[in-house]
Amino acid sequence: MPQDPADDALIRVEGVHFARAGRPIFSGLDLTIRRGRVVAIMGPSGTGKTTLLRLIGGQLRPDAGRIVVDGEEVARLGRSALFKLRERMGVLFQSGALLTDLNVFDNVAFPLREHSALSEVMIRDLVLMKLEAVGLRGARGLMPSELSGGMARRVALARAIALDPMLVLYDEPFTGQDPISMGVLVRLIRRLNDAMGLTSVIVSHDVQETAAIADDIYVIVGGRVIESGSAAALTASESPWVRQFMQGEPDGPVPFHYPAPDIDADLLGEGEA
Amino acid sequence: MTLWLEALGRWGLGVFQRLGRGHLFLFRILAGLPTLLSRPRLLVTQLHAVGVLSLVIIVVSGLFVGMVLGLQGYNTLVDFGAEESLGVVVALSLVRELGPVVAALLFAGRAGSALTAEIGLMKATEQLAGMEMMAVDPLHRVIGPRFLAGFIAMPLLAAIFSAVGVFGGYFVGVGLLGVDDGAFWSQMQAKVDLYEDVYNGVIKSVVFGFVATWIAVFEGYDAPPTAEGVSRATTRTVVHSALAVLGLDFVLTALMFGE
Ligand SMILES: Nc1ncnc2c1ncn2[C@@H]1O[C@H](COP(=O)(O)OP(=O)(O)OP(=O)(O)O)[C@@H](O)[C@H]1O
Ligand SMILES: [Mg+2]
Repeated sequence: MPQDPADDALIRVEGVHFARAGRPIFSGLDLTIRRGRVVAIMGPSGTGKTTLLRLIGGQLRPDAGRIVVDGEEVARLGRSALFKLRERMGVLFQSGALLTDLNVFDNVAFPLREHSALSEVMIRDLVLMKLEAVGLRGARGLMPSELSGGMARRVALARAIALDPMLVLYDEPFTGQDPISMGVLVRLIRRLNDAMGLTSVIVSHDVQETAAIADDIYVIVGGRVIESGSAAALTASESPWVRQFMQGEPDGPVPFHYPAPDIDADLLGEGEA
Repeated sequence: MTLWLEALGRWGLGVFQRLGRGHLFLFRILAGLPTLLSRPRLLVTQLHAVGVLSLVIIVVSGLFVGMVLGLQGYNTLVDFGAEESLGVVVALSLVRELGPVVAALLFAGRAGSALTAEIGLMKATEQLAGMEMMAVDPLHRVIGPRFLAGFIAMPLLAAIFSAVGVFGGYFVGVGLLGVDDGAFWSQMQAKVDLYEDVYNGVIKSVVFGFVATWIAVFEGYDAPPTAEGVSRATTRTVVHSALAVLGLDFVLTALMFGE
């Protein structure tokens, strides 16, 4: 596929429609993620942020529209081409998804052992460096069942960056972190991005922390991007949706509830009949 | 009436879809097996989990089954004054039938259910999806070694079952009931044929191992990613493996010893 050298977009999401169990999740989603940037994707719980990352990673296919990563349309790739692309992608799962039969060290070493021909000595050094970066070098011998939720997520983060990918997708990297490790992780993501020339996509509810390091922010509500721009621009935005989200106000246009019938009717059992 | 037909049709389609998925799954596993050559450790770990850990139940059951055969066979044979043939009876029952069949049933209960539960849980906790995102094919990395290990382990377990069973029969017949030691072994040696009996038994156990392991890994991989889905899949593994083993045993027996 010919690639425009001036094109600095690593990911292009163009007019994506996606429905799950008959319920539309995206209806015409457009966004562009440029190389070398830290991009935050924000939105209320259940808007489909995790779904978007799965679409980018090729685990789901859009019903309509295209997703192009590094010049290749993800949904059209065959299995081996898709795997080649994924080798250049690191993903931090919302659930961590650590392999429960391997200890912390082997989990982080897993992608290295699968995809590189490095010697065990080299792998050991690399793994210890990644674990040091997330502050868990001392926990290398623990099994995933012996980790707290926040620790497991940091191990998953170390694993996501083990292969020095071109693109890292972080799904809720800060959930369950205390303020200290949160600060460390925020700076780590920024530093990794700049030092290794990565592109980072962060999905997070921690608006302030994420806004502090993100170059670009997209706010997704109701299946489409309702606002995008720099952190400063969004904080200054007049849009009531964005204001409510950035300030965390309970009242506003963003619904807190999953679509449901009127509560009085529901409690009286009228909805069932 | 139409409702009933509809339900039947849906059920039938569901069965064929599953069968199709199961076969595609098998082809993809088989295609991935050569990659295991460069990583024998993966196979060794699974051989331990599937084979070695099933040894205790196989040995203990084999011993008891052999002892019961010795007892029952003796009671029947002694009426005809033929108790010297006890060795033949015990060995033939085990090698032709009970070794492969009972070992396969135990294997499905012990190793098959564990395989299904393990793979199903890995799916439910997104470990398989995570591997895919790390560009590692779970069919090659997780399922392949387990499938091959089951396929290799099952005939060995069946052979061990039969061997231990023969000693169980010997212990009861010769040790307790006073059958002549030399007659027990020499009749067995004269009457049990390497090709006709032993090889056919081995073929059975290879087929059962293949089918039981295939069912176990497929049920795990195809399970709905929930606690309930995994528990149902585990049950299905045991039930379907047992039915498949018993059904295939009849077919194979008819083919081998039919005339
Ligand atoms: N397997 C599934 N089948 C059907 N619907 C699903 C499935 N997974 C998710 N959904 C629906 O898709 C929507 C988006 O889910 P998603 O996990 O992408 O949300 P999210 O934005 O990541 O939320 P959160 O911030 O809470 O993680 C949800 O409304 C959910 O109900
Ligand atoms: Mg999510």
